[in-house]
Amino acid sequence: MAATLTKDEALFQFLLRMGDNTLILGHRVSEWCGHAPVLEEDIALANTALDLIGQTQMWLGLAAEVQGDEKSADDLAFLRDVWDFRNVLLVEVPNEDFGRTLMRQFLFDAWHSIQLGHLMTSSDDRIAAIAAKASKEVAYHLERSADTVVGLGDGTAESHGFMQAALDYLWPYVGEMFSSDDVDAAMVKAGIAPDPASLRADFDALVGRVLADATLNIPESTFAHKGGRTGAMHTEHLGHLLTHMQWLQRAYPGANW
Amino acid sequence: MKNEWPLWEIFIRGQHGMSHRHVGSLHAPDAEMAIKNARDVYTRRNEGVSIWVVEANNITASSPSDKGPLYEPSESKVYRHPTFFDIPEEVGAL
Amino acid sequence: MYAQMVKSEASTDDPEKLAAFQARIDAGEKIEPKDWMPVGYRKTLIRQIGQHAHSEIVGQLPEGNWITRAPTLERKAILLAKVQDEAGHGLYLYCAAETLGVSRDELTEMLLDGRMKYSSIFNYPTLNWADMGAVGWLVDGAAILNQVPLQRTSFGPYSRAMIRVCKEESFHARQGFDAIRKMAEGTPAQKKMAQDAVNRLWFPALMMFGPSDADSVHSTQSMAWKIKMNTNDELRQKFVDQTVPQIEFLKLDLPDPGIKWNEERGHYDYSDPDWSEFFDVIKGNGPCNTDRLAARNKAWKDGQWVRDGLLAHARKKAARKHAAE
Repeated sequence: MAATLTKDEALFQFLLRMGDNTLILGHRVSEWCGHAPVLEEDIALANTALDLIGQTQMWLGLAAEVQGDEKSADDLAFLRDVWDFRNVLLVEVPNEDFGRTLMRQFLFDAWHSIQLGHLMTSSDDRIAAIAAKASKEVAYHLERSADTVVGLGDGTAESHGFMQAALDYLWPYVGEMFSSDDVDAAMVKAGIAPDPASLRADFDALVGRVLADATLNIPESTFAHKGGRTGAMHTEHLGHLLTHMQWLQRAYPGANW
Repeated sequence: MKNEWPLWEIFIRGQHGMSHRHVGSLHAPDAEMAIKNARDVYTRRNEGVSIWVVEANNITASSPSDKGPLYEPSESKVYRHPTFFDIPEEVGAL
Repeated sequence: MYAQMVKSEASTDDPEKLAAFQARIDAGEKIEPKDWMPVGYRKTLIRQIGQHAHSEIVGQLPEGNWITRAPTLERKAILLAKVQDEAGHGLYLYCAAETLGVSRDELTEMLLDGRMKYSSIFNYPTLNWADMGAVGWLVDGAAILNQVPLQRTSFGPYSRAMIRVCKEESFHARQGFDAIRKMAEGTPAQKKMAQDAVNRLWFPALMMFGPSDADSVHSTQSMAWKIKMNTNDELRQKFVDQTVPQIEFLKLDLPDPGIKWNEERGHYDYSDPDWSEFFDVIKGNGPCNTDRLAARNKAWKDGQWVRDGLLAHARKKAARKHAAE
C-alpha cells in the first residue's frame, strides 16, 4: 500500500490504531466488572474501562469523519471484521488473572502516556484536543497501574510469582508498540504523530524504574510478536472478543439501541 | 494473622471552597492506595477537588455518654448567636 | 426488597434502657455506632445491611452479563457505569455494617458459604438486551421505593449510606427506562425482546418486596426501631401503581391479566406472585443461585493473592520507612 497511501488514508489508519487500542483494552478491562479481587479494585477498573471507552468514541469518531463514508464510531467498532482492526496484539490477549491484567495495563499505560504527550502538540488540532483530554485520564491510569504492579511484585512470594509470570508472558507483545511503517512515516512527515520507535527510550526508562521497584526481571529476549497494528495477523483471541462485542449489531442490523 | 485491609475514613473538599467533609469509608492497604481508592469510589460524579484519608483506628471520638457535659452548656449561651440582639432597622447592615 | 424477610432479634436488655432507646427513636434521633443499642437492634441491622450489601454486589452479575455485549459504545459506557455504581453501593453499605462491629471480610464469608442471603431477584437470568432496560427500570425502580424511606432510618450510618445510594439510583432507573423505551419503540424483534423482558421480570420484581408481612412480629419490631419503614404490601402496591402506566406508555402488553384499575381502592389490582417459587429461590433453587454464588466465590478465592500481596507490600513499605526514621 506504500505507493498509494494518501495522507487521509494514513491518517485514517493512525486513528484506527489509537481507537482500536482503547476499544479493545476497554472491552477487556470491562470484563472484570463484578469479578475483581476487592470492591475498591472493581470500581477502579471500571473507571479505567470507562475512560478507555470514552477515548474510543473520540478516536473512532474522528476516524469515521476522516473516512467520510457517513459512518459513526459505532459502525467502526461493531461492523468491522478482525482483519480491519488495527490495535496492538498486547491489548487483545485475554485477562487471564488480575496480575496479567494489571501488568498489561501498566505496559500499555506507559506507552499510551508517552504517546499522548507527543500528540498534544500534533499539527492536527483535533488530535491535539483528544490527546489533551485523554492524557489526564491516562496519567492516572499509569499512576494506579504502576503502583499496583510495584505492590504485587514486591508483595508476597506468591504475588511476585504471578507478576513475573505475567511480565514473561506479555513482554513479547511490547515491541509492537514501537514498530514503524509507512503509515507512521506519513504521520511524522505531516507533524501529526511521533515515530513510534522514538518513544522507546522514554518507555524503557519508565518501565525499567517501575519494574525494578517491583523487584521483577525484564526478560532478556527482544523478540516481538507483530501483526495487530497493521492488521496482518491478529491473535485468535480477537475474533472471540468481537463475537461478543458485535453480536447484537450483527444479529439485528439496522436497529437503534 | 488477620489479612483484611484496614478501614479508612474519607474526607473530601468539594468544588465550592467548603471544608473537607466526611463522605464515607473504604478499605485500602495503605494511605496512598486509600487516596487512590477514594478518588475512584467517592469522586465518580465530579464531587471533589481534595481528598484526606485517615485510618479509622486513628480517630479518637467523643463518647456518647459525655453528650450532656460536652454540648449542653453551650445551649444556654444564647447571646453568642446574632439573632439574640434586636437592632433597629434604620441602623443598617451589621 | 434488597433485604428480604430479615428476622428481627428479640432483645433481652434492661427494660429501662430499652424504653429510653425507643424514646430516642420515637423522637426522631439518630442512633450512632458508639451509642448504646439493644443487642437485637445491632444484630438485626447487621443482618439487614449485610443482606442489602450482598444484594448490590451479587446484583452486579446479571447486568455484568451484558457489558461485553452492549450494542453501542454509549450503551456500554452507561451500563458499565451503572454496574460500577452497584459495587459502590455495596461498598457504602458494608462500611455502614462495619460500624456495628462486624468486618467486611466476615460478612463476605457469610455470603459465600450461604449463611447470609441476598435478594431473590438476582437469581433470575438476564436473557436478552432488553433485560438491561427492564432491570434498571423495574428492579432498581422497586428498590428505590424501599430505599427512599430508608434514608430516614434510625441508624445514622445506614441512613447516610442510603442518602448516597438514592442520589445515584435515579440515574439507574432512568437509564433503564430509556434503554427499554428504545426497544419498545424499535423493530419488531426489539419489541419482542422488551415484551419478553417485562413478562419474565414482572413477578420476580413483585417478589422483591417479600411476602405479605402485615402480621409479622419481625416487621413490627423493625418498624418500631425504624429500620423498616413500610410494610411489604404497601410498597408493592406503590410499585404496581407507578409501573402499570409506564408499561402502557411503552405500549407493551401488561404482564399479568389480573392487573385492573380498582376505582374503589384507588389502586391497581394485580395477581399475587407464586410464593412457592419465591421460597424455592430463597432456599437456593432459583435458576441462577448456584452460578451467582460460584462467581462470587471464584472472585474471592482468585483475589486472595492480590489482597495479600498488596497488604504485604504496604507493611514492608511502612517497615522500611520506620527503619529509615
